[in-house]
Amino acid sequence: MTALLTIIVLVFILIAIWQMVKIFDLAQAKNESNTGVATDKDNTLNGYLMMGFLAFIYVITIVCFVKWGDLPLMSNSASAHGPTIDNLMIISMIIIFFVQTVTQFLLHYFAYKYKGEKGKKALFFADNNKLEAIWTIIPVIVLAGLIIYGLNTWINIMGVDESDDPLVVELYAQQFNWKARYGGADNTLGKANVRLIDIDRANILGLDESDPDAQDDVITTELHLPVGRPVLFKMRSQDVLHSAYMPHFRAQMNCVPGMITQFGFTPTVTTADMRQTPQMIEKVANINKIRVENSKPLIAKGEEPLERYEFDYLLLCNKICGKSHYNMQMKIVVETQEEYDAWMKEQKEFKNSLVN
Amino acid sequence: MSAHADTHAHDDDHGHHHKETFVTKYIFSQDHKMIAKQYLITGTIMGVIGVLMSMMFRMQIAWPEEPNVLFEALLGKWAPDGVMDADIYLALVTIHGTIMVFFVLTAGLSGTFSNLLIPLQIGARDMASGFLNMVSYWLFFLSSVIMVISLFVEAGPASAGWTIYPPLSALPMAQGGSGMGMTLWLVSMAIFIASSLLGSLNYIVTVINLRTKGMSMTRLPLTIWAFFVTAIIGVVSFPVLLSAALLLIMDRSFGTSFFLSDIFIQGEVLHYQGGSPVLFEHLFWFLGHPEVYIVILPAMGLVSEIMASSSRKPIFGYRAMIASILAIAFLSTIVWGHHMFISGMNPFLGSVFTFTTLLIAIPSAVKAFNWITTLWKGNLQMNPAMLFSIGFVSTFITGGLTGIILGDSALDINVHDTYFVVAHFHLVMGISALYGMFAGIYHWYPKMFGRMLNKNLGYIHFWITAVCAYGVFFPMHFIGMAGLPRRYYTNSNFPLFDDLANVNVIITIFALIGGVVQILYLYNFFTSIFYGKKTVQNPWKSTTLEWTAPIKHIHGNWEGEIPHVHRWAYDYSKPGHDVDFVPQNIPLKEGEEELQH
Repeated sequence: MTALLTIIVLVFILIAIWQMVKIFDLAQAKNESNTGVATDKDNTLNGYLMMGFLAFIYVITIVCFVKWGDLPLMSNSASAHGPTIDNLMIISMIIIFFVQTVTQFLLHYFAYKYKGEKGKKALFFADNNKLEAIWTIIPVIVLAGLIIYGLNTWINIMGVDESDDPLVVELYAQQFNWKARYGGADNTLGKANVRLIDIDRANILGLDESDPDAQDDVITTELHLPVGRPVLFKMRSQDVLHSAYMPHFRAQMNCVPGMITQFGFTPTVTTADMRQTPQMIEKVANINKIRVENSKPLIAKGEEPLERYEFDYLLLCNKICGKSHYNMQMKIVVETQEEYDAWMKEQKEFKNSLVN
Repeated sequence: MSAHADTHAHDDDHGHHHKETFVTKYIFSQDHKMIAKQYLITGTIMGVIGVLMSMMFRMQIAWPEEPNVLFEALLGKWAPDGVMDADIYLALVTIHGTIMVFFVLTAGLSGTFSNLLIPLQIGARDMASGFLNMVSYWLFFLSSVIMVISLFVEAGPASAGWTIYPPLSALPMAQGGSGMGMTLWLVSMAIFIASSLLGSLNYIVTVINLRTKGMSMTRLPLTIWAFFVTAIIGVVSFPVLLSAALLLIMDRSFGTSFFLSDIFIQGEVLHYQGGSPVLFEHLFWFLGHPEVYIVILPAMGLVSEIMASSSRKPIFGYRAMIASILAIAFLSTIVWGHHMFISGMNPFLGSVFTFTTLLIAIPSAVKAFNWITTLWKGNLQMNPAMLFSIGFVSTFITGGLTGIILGDSALDINVHDTYFVVAHFHLVMGISALYGMFAGIYHWYPKMFGRMLNKNLGYIHFWITAVCAYGVFFPMHFIGMAGLPRRYYTNSNFPLFDDLANVNVIITIFALIGGVVQILYLYNFFTSIFYGKKTVQNPWKSTTLEWTAPIKHIHGNWEGEIPHVHRWAYDYSKPGHDVDFVPQNIPLKEGEEELQH
């Protein structure tokens, strides 16, 4: 309904504009023949509008930064490599912000300053090698810095150091849910292939039942990670492309049928600690305020109000994968080693989960 | 249908001494000017469809799962009780992307202006092969028709995203749209590519062979340089997409395994083994990335030309502009991997692609600064075409700068496939190329139809569009940085994103205003064909050759001899001349020096 009303209002506005233009046209037809070419009056008006538009760009930039600039992903990373990405992001943003402000100013200011007048002649200025050199070399230097910094960061993140004994976890994607598989006591994942899937025996991930490494594997629908320990994720997909996106950990990797991909990081903040950060408290309070507001019409209709929101890390699917792509998620819990061990103890090992 | 629209416009052109029937003049025309108009009008119709789709899915994002009479009316069974279905949401997103990128901004933009301007600006009677040119248009028309037909198939149109990554696009059981809808999509695109290749070859041959006397490569207007280089990129990269599409058709219909392996879906294991979806991504993006330059380079060419003419100044750094077009074209073919940083590709390759990708910023920066300097101390004639050109530079800068973030593999990890990407590419290639196209239409409308567009409507069209474009895509960066993935039918399953819902409403309102305002432009465009003010021969006082041709369209473009060229295309406000422009066909005065370009 809201949408329909919006459209109707828009159409009315449009008709109003159209009528106004007709009036303009009629008024202009009188004094100077409206040839469709800009007159001095048009130049002046549009010159001023250019300055107005510059102001609009600045205002929208400021409003966006103030209102939405500190959304979670700029500041509260929860992985060891997170701050390096965030630093690089902030440096890039500062450079962008600076260049954007200056170039937009020059563009719109020149458009205003040099608006055409009858009888004026433009400066015949066709070339200047010095200027060209300046605005070739400056970007070269800035980009060289960004490239070196960026590649350094990239290599550090993607390089997996097997020597620090990471916890190996498989992320298994299917339309439209996630499973996690742990290697068990030996921290080694058993062999698996989708051809071995046997739904009747509850071998849902296609583990090789004869592989000794597979016997103690643990398959879960929630991802639990001990804080401070490096994790190496091995991603698999059984049907289409998916992408394991863990925004709070600055981590993402596609899950590709037919191959195993990997991504490693070290979680540094437990879920409990993250919930206690002032930023998160504020964000959650804000979200709950919105949810209470959104619940009102539901209650009026006699439906259940929305549940209260409590923060949890999430794994989202970020590669279009079909109808329910928008709801393919898994909760991630980062906890202390003791909590993790206790949780792991409650899980069933693969050999005990099979149906015979 | 498209040919019909201009039918009446040029009734008065009839009676010219060539023996022309209605069919050869308006439908199966081999005249480049008519073909340009056919491209433009077909592209416009496709554009209307594409924009309508975006308005629909924007409403779904802002007011998720709310009944909407528009959905009920337009989507029929896909919107039971007016609530949009999740499948059709993905289909709308997919077809919107396909239509806008290929049918509007490739064929509609490049097809229109390459056809119109190449022969006229280089001083040729027509394209090298008028017949191939005609075939190229009709193949494009055919592919458009097939794409539109695909919207009406039983199981729904293609809905795997415009990038159609397999296995999603390969397996009908993965998604309704991957059945007949995807087959038609692939057939349509294969025909489209054939059309594009024929067109491109024609443009290349024409520019190389048919320049008039005196028109050396360094006297060509930048438009021609842009079209020429665009055609070369197209010839290099489109065949790769064609091969990807053919291999995908094989996988889908003939049981091969180029892109598929180890798949278990809906309770059964499929026979595919040994293929890789990553291979498809490589093939797709080997076209897909050059494609964005196929879209943006012609717009750059048009904008350079219009800026010089409307500033009454030479374009600043003509040679640097050519060099940067060439540099961009070369680099564009070796950066495709930046779409695949997290595809499972070797991270070392990611490093290489980060390096090449960020290099593109250099020629792009050179171009932006040259445009700004072209304005400096000019005598700016603020025609609607000029406004769109300035708008182009503005959105190109805003959108281009965030490329520095996305091209950086380390940063891409976190913003990949979020709304940050959507905001970036819409500004830098979507809106910018659209502005370039509008600028071109406002500028060359008199050349196409012999009449002027209403400038006041043009001003209003520009200013509202400009505000809406920023209103839509600027805030979108921020919801992307907050981690909101693209292509989600609704975000209501993620309370984490509840605080972004109001941003989405704002974006949608701007999008609706921006979309509806295009009606003004359409009104202006179609009524001016019949009722617009009659134009004079050279309304913008430009130097290029097309304005020396008669207003009335004739076969062969010029009565009598083709003009010879004596100078470059940018002698605006040259000292020593009384007027502030010297057309290219005017010989140098006694003692006048041509700039060393």
